[in-house]
Amino acid sequence: MIEARGLTKRYGDTLAVDDLSFSVEPGKITGFLGPNGAGKTTSMRLILGLDHPTSGTVTVNGRPFAELAYPMREVGALLDAKAVHGGRSAYNHLLCLAETNNLPRWRVDQVLALVGLSEVARKRSKGFSLGMGQRLGIAAALLGDPGILMFDEPVNGLDPEGILWIRNLMKALAAEGRTIFVSSHLMSEMENTADHLLVIGRGRLIADCTVPEFIAANSRQSVRVRTPQPAALSKVVATAGGTVHEDGDGLMVVQGLGVSQVGDLAFENSVRLHELAPAQASLEQAFMELTASSVQFHAGVPVEPELQPASAGRVA
Amino acid sequence: MATTTVPVSTRAALPAARGRAGFGGALRSELTKIRSVRSTYWSLIAVVVITIGIGALFAFGRVQNFSQIPPGGQALERARDISQATETSLFGLILGQLVIAVLGALTITSEYSTGMIRASLSVMPRRGVSLAAKAVVFGAIALIVGLVTSFASYFVGQAILSSQHINSTIGQPGVLRAVIGGGLFLAVCGLLSFGLGAVLRHTAGAITASIGVLFVLFVLSGFLPSNWAVHIDKWIPFNAGGAIWENQSGTSMFSPWTGFALFCGYAAVALAAGLVLFRNRDA
Repeated sequence: MIEARGLTKRYGDTLAVDDLSFSVEPGKITGFLGPNGAGKTTSMRLILGLDHPTSGTVTVNGRPFAELAYPMREVGALLDAKAVHGGRSAYNHLLCLAETNNLPRWRVDQVLALVGLSEVARKRSKGFSLGMGQRLGIAAALLGDPGILMFDEPVNGLDPEGILWIRNLMKALAAEGRTIFVSSHLMSEMENTADHLLVIGRGRLIADCTVPEFIAANSRQSVRVRTPQPAALSKVVATAGGTVHEDGDGLMVVQGLGVSQVGDLAFENSVRLHELAPAQASLEQAFMELTASSVQFHAGVPVEPELQPASAGRVA
Repeated sequence: MATTTVPVSTRAALPAARGRAGFGGALRSELTKIRSVRSTYWSLIAVVVITIGIGALFAFGRVQNFSQIPPGGQALERARDISQATETSLFGLILGQLVIAVLGALTITSEYSTGMIRASLSVMPRRGVSLAAKAVVFGAIALIVGLVTSFASYFVGQAILSSQHINSTIGQPGVLRAVIGGGLFLAVCGLLSFGLGAVLRHTAGAITASIGVLFVLFVLSGFLPSNWAVHIDKWIPFNAGGAIWENQSGTSMFSPWTGFALFCGYAAVALAAGLVLFRNRDA
């Protein structure tokens, strides 16, 4: 359980994290989303005590990170896979971390095997590929067999194979009952893995909900229609309270009405249709819409109450 | 690496945790860190070779000069050379101190230049404990290597000087103190630089600052008018620290232990400043 209350961090004139309050619930994968520069990494650094908050508090299992008896047994973090001394072997890198928390040497061998680095354990990490570096970082996070794992943009720059590996690993870790807190600027990444979402933009929390809730609340559903009678359809749709815009080529996008409503309206008014399809907004679109104007959004739309029950029903 | 399969279980049957992560673990960790990178070995070898080599060269020069003095004038010269025999053999410390300073700075600044500091602090967030463990491990290694270097320099130098019988022996008053002092001096030089490294966090900056404090101030002091020099010279870090291994006949210097204590004080200031900043700054 990670809990932030009024967490704020200012670097000079820049407000990196602005009055952030959230909880990362145990036993779930919580996706931490936001565009680059939204304050995700800063928030994670604040959780780990790497940076001191300007104001507010953040606790891990009820205590500030620095007060945990054996930090590695409670939280494993991968913030930056390049944060290693390249001249040190993978084995010695992990050993020097393990020793700080009195972890046994055999665990070092064990995590190296877990991430598939046993064969290069004695090699200096300078020569590692990006994917291998990422595995080394994950091995370090797993050393203390912690209940909470934090990964900052873990798939960044990885090849498809590496991405798949990380995705499967996160699911496996969550299935073991661990709490996973993973950041990404890619919505599509979260669509497959996350149970819960925390979305931030410009340092502020703009959504705290499940993935379906998020899509439903933040994307207008639309219907794609192709008709040889665009004028007639526009009129009918407008009368029923929908809006239409033409994409040329006879293609029209209707918003504010469902697929069946549009179909029924066309039938009742004898408008010929050549195509009728729901255009499901992806998480990516919802996310872009939300974060593009995160400040206005924050001012105009309340975050928690309205996102939940009303919208959940609309998404199948 | 061609695998996307995930292990069946990532769980470990770790022994039950007792107490909390503390100084003992931090010491073992720092020892692993310092012994697992090559720069440690290169710089320690450089300390030994440079210090002994320059001391030997200096002793050789003394022997050559002495052998060219006509037999009639040798008595006076011999007395002077013998009184300086110990510091002659230890003279390589003037460059050895700079090499140990490089290692001292690197011990902490390499954590910042590589980013390792973020990994280190996110497994051991009690920063005072971390930095203290690092200083103790580095200081102990620097002291051991310093003592070995100092004794080796002394014996090599005296062996060379003995060919003209202008050597000292370890049993003479003040000699053992000077030789042990040479080792202490190197360790404290390293720690001073370590402290500056913790303050500055950049390798090049920390090394430059150390060379400035340890060497450049000493060189500059040579240009002072002599009526100032008598008041200022003894406060210069190198002169203060060197008091313990140099036979400074000049009355303007501190006594060996007073000078060395002052030198330790300079190092302590650098370390304390480093500790305060290390604890409070964002990493």
